[in-house]
Amino acid sequence: MEYIDLHAHMVSRTTDDYVQMAMTGCVALTEPAFWPGWDRSSADGFEDYFRQITDFEPKRAAQYGIRHYTWLCLNPKEGEDRALAREVLRRIPRYLDRPNVLGIGEIGLNRVTRNELATFRDHVELALEHDQLIHIHTPHLEDKHKGTRVIVETLLEYELDPGRVLIDHAEEHTLEMILGNGFWTGLTLYPQTKVSPERAIDMLEMHGTDRICVASACDWGPSVPVAVPQFILAMRRRGHPDALIRRVVFENPAEFLGQSPKFQLPEGRGMLAGAAA
Amino acid sequence: MTPCALPSPRTGVELVDEYFIENRTRLLEVAAYLDRVDRAGDAGAGRDFRMRAFREALAVLAQDAPGRTERVQMVFSDPTTEPLPALDQKSARGAYDRWNEAV
Ligand SMILES: [Zn+2]
Repeated sequence: MEYIDLHAHMVSRTTDDYVQMAMTGCVALTEPAFWPGWDRSSADGFEDYFRQITDFEPKRAAQYGIRHYTWLCLNPKEGEDRALAREVLRRIPRYLDRPNVLGIGEIGLNRVTRNELATFRDHVELALEHDQLIHIHTPHLEDKHKGTRVIVETLLEYELDPGRVLIDHAEEHTLEMILGNGFWTGLTLYPQTKVSPERAIDMLEMHGTDRICVASACDWGPSVPVAVPQFILAMRRRGHPDALIRRVVFENPAEFLGQSPKFQLPEGRGMLAGAAA
Repeated sequence: MTPCALPSPRTGVELVDEYFIENRTRLLEVAAYLDRVDRAGDAGAGRDFRMRAFREALAVLAQDAPGRTERVQMVFSDPTTEPLPALDQKSARGAYDRWNEAV
């Protein structure tokens, strides 16, 4: 089944992973700007990374028939350094016109500090100023509930359309506060932390499929680039029909991402193809 | 029964037929993990905030009411609402230290 992986850090993956994704039906993916597992030493380091995800990575993906889109920011793991954040934010606008850039992300919080929150606000304001979609990372483990609440409350202070914001890495205790305020959300399918395919399906059964996407969030840590096809198999094992599965793995991400005029699916794979099926 | 947006296509018995063995295995993994920590023999592990939260979470599993997953999530979650004044550590540790006994 064709799918869109809304969250994949392909700079950390091999071309073999692109092959696996292409063979399992991935037609497009989006790569949020994130932490490489170590702190960068300068704004120049970020700028090289922005060149990588706006120029090199889309070409690499295209070799396997996958459309590569991206999001730009200084990620929450490095958001504590306000001076660095200001400098990186100053440089982001010059990359926003690149053809594969869909918006600002993945911004958000890590340990929920005052500086992280200030950096988050700066990014939200930058996105609003430039009319960009927003993709948000929520903290891990014990920090997730607190961080998600602070993020939602902060966003509600702005005059923004929640339908243009996706708050990612939702789990059982944060899904309702995200969806209840009109935002989109993502369930990230990780082998150790976050959400298993089975729990993702439980959440879909309880909340329905509106404004929910699933993604691999594959990166440099333990993660699975073909987590979305694994989810598709798990959905079939639970007895859900393919039309419902397609809504979650294809139509939903296409609807959210399609709010950016830059997001185009390969020929014949549009929403209309799905509606006609 | 909890009201659902998408009713499970499988009956309860079908879910047991399909998923019992793998969840039985998961339960044994947890039991073996607890035995392993005990066998190591140091009392510090029992007082560790993560293991205290773990035991509270196990009690939630034994409750006979839906919503266990969300309640387990909240056992491990930081209940405070104020941002930290500064970054204290780069990564989360899996449980909030309600006992202030960070190891
Ligand atoms: Zn990510």
